[in-house]
Amino acid sequence: MISIENVSKWYSDFQVLDDCTTEVAKGEVVVVCGPSGSGKSTLIKCVNGLEPVQKGTIRVEDTEVTAKRTNLTKLRSRIGMVFQHFELYPHMSVRANLCLGQEKVLKRSPDEANEKAESLIDRVGLKEHIEKYPGQLSGGQQQRVAISRALAMDPIAMLFDEPTSALDPEMINEVLDVMVELAQDGMTMMVVTHEMGFARKVADRVVFMDEGSIVEDRQTEAFFGNPESDRAKDFLSKILNH
Amino acid sequence: MGDFDYNVIIQNLPFLWQGLQLSLWLTFLAILGGIALGTGLALMRLSGFLPLSLFAATYVNLIRSVPLILVIFWFYFLVPLAIGRPIGGFYSALIAFVMFEAAYYSEIIRAGIQSVRTGQVQAGQATGLNYWQIQRYVVLPQAFQNMIPILVTQGIILFQDTSLVFVVSLRDFMTVSSIVARTEGRLVEMYFFAAIVYFVICFAGSLFVRRLQMARTS
Repeated sequence: MISIENVSKWYSDFQVLDDCTTEVAKGEVVVVCGPSGSGKSTLIKCVNGLEPVQKGTIRVEDTEVTAKRTNLTKLRSRIGMVFQHFELYPHMSVRANLCLGQEKVLKRSPDEANEKAESLIDRVGLKEHIEKYPGQLSGGQQQRVAISRALAMDPIAMLFDEPTSALDPEMINEVLDVMVELAQDGMTMMVVTHEMGFARKVADRVVFMDEGSIVEDRQTEAFFGNPESDRAKDFLSKILNH
Repeated sequence: MGDFDYNVIIQNLPFLWQGLQLSLWLTFLAILGGIALGTGLALMRLSGFLPLSLFAATYVNLIRSVPLILVIFWFYFLVPLAIGRPIGGFYSALIAFVMFEAAYYSEIIRAGIQSVRTGQVQAGQATGLNYWQIQRYVVLPQAFQNMIPILVTQGIILFQDTSLVFVVSLRDFMTVSSIVARTEGRLVEMYFFAAIVYFVICFAGSLFVRRLQMARTS
């Protein structure tokens, strides 16, 4: 469903992505991990065109994201995205956050949008908070709202950019639980995260990045059981030995 | 100050009130128009489309390097030439104020827009909202919330600046006060009274701004 072919990207002289190639099939969950500054967040933001690339091709279903003529707005409305810092609209209630895209992009009626918003917010256990503003919620609650906001658009795939990195430790699980459930429901997901427990549990494949390149791209079992590269071994030993 | 004559003020209150109404009405309309046009200019400047941003930048810098009184003169004499008939002092002054204040408001609004985090724009983009929808529903509401104190402050300055309309023979509060002062021969009383009225209105505005800022930081 998502295919990334020989993608390279530069910030002026500095190369952030170096000939990256990978894919995410329909219904697959792919975890992208690696040390900070390795280009994982940049890569995932290229998938829905939030970041342009200078070389290579990215396709989502039959749409070529990297082609000049592509209607990015239309493409983005079909791919959900969850950000590290939630990025809920602070001046709108939870309900309005969930309805904005539905009404303005998908042209759903207010009734339809509200119904969808209520059922999604109920699913993440925040029914009684629907009239509140993001500032009145904890980080974990905000991120669950952000996931619901993305799901309200009925996306064909979901992108997660370090969804738990900005959370206090005790709130990480409530967000991961929602993501696990989503994965088990068959959602196509590309997830940038350091949560290796999550990766082990639901990922079909793990992509390991370092210094802008994809160093390993393997089945989850194989990646954790027997990483090939020294860099991945080193990374795993640092992140798992606590 | 023994012979301070309060009666001259009281007797002329209806006339003075007319002047004050004109000043306040002009201020109100100029703020509305200035913010509307200023928002447009700010969006053009930040659009990333070179001809638009160049036009907005040139406009803002040009207007800001000209004294307001000159702009008022321009519109008083130029607009009738351009449209072929006189439009009167009030409308020419209003156009001048809107065009002039828009340049200042656009700089305030531009800063306000830039104060909204890029992540908010990305969130809007990721949902499939287009550029204008993102500005309208996500960026501008947050930008204006951040900007209200400084917008009000600019409004206070604008209120004081409306006293310049005497050059196109409009009877604003300041002009009316001068007329009374000269015809009644009571300069001290009238200029003292005018100063107090300006002070009270502007100080009330400043207090309002301070309350807004306190509310934001608490």
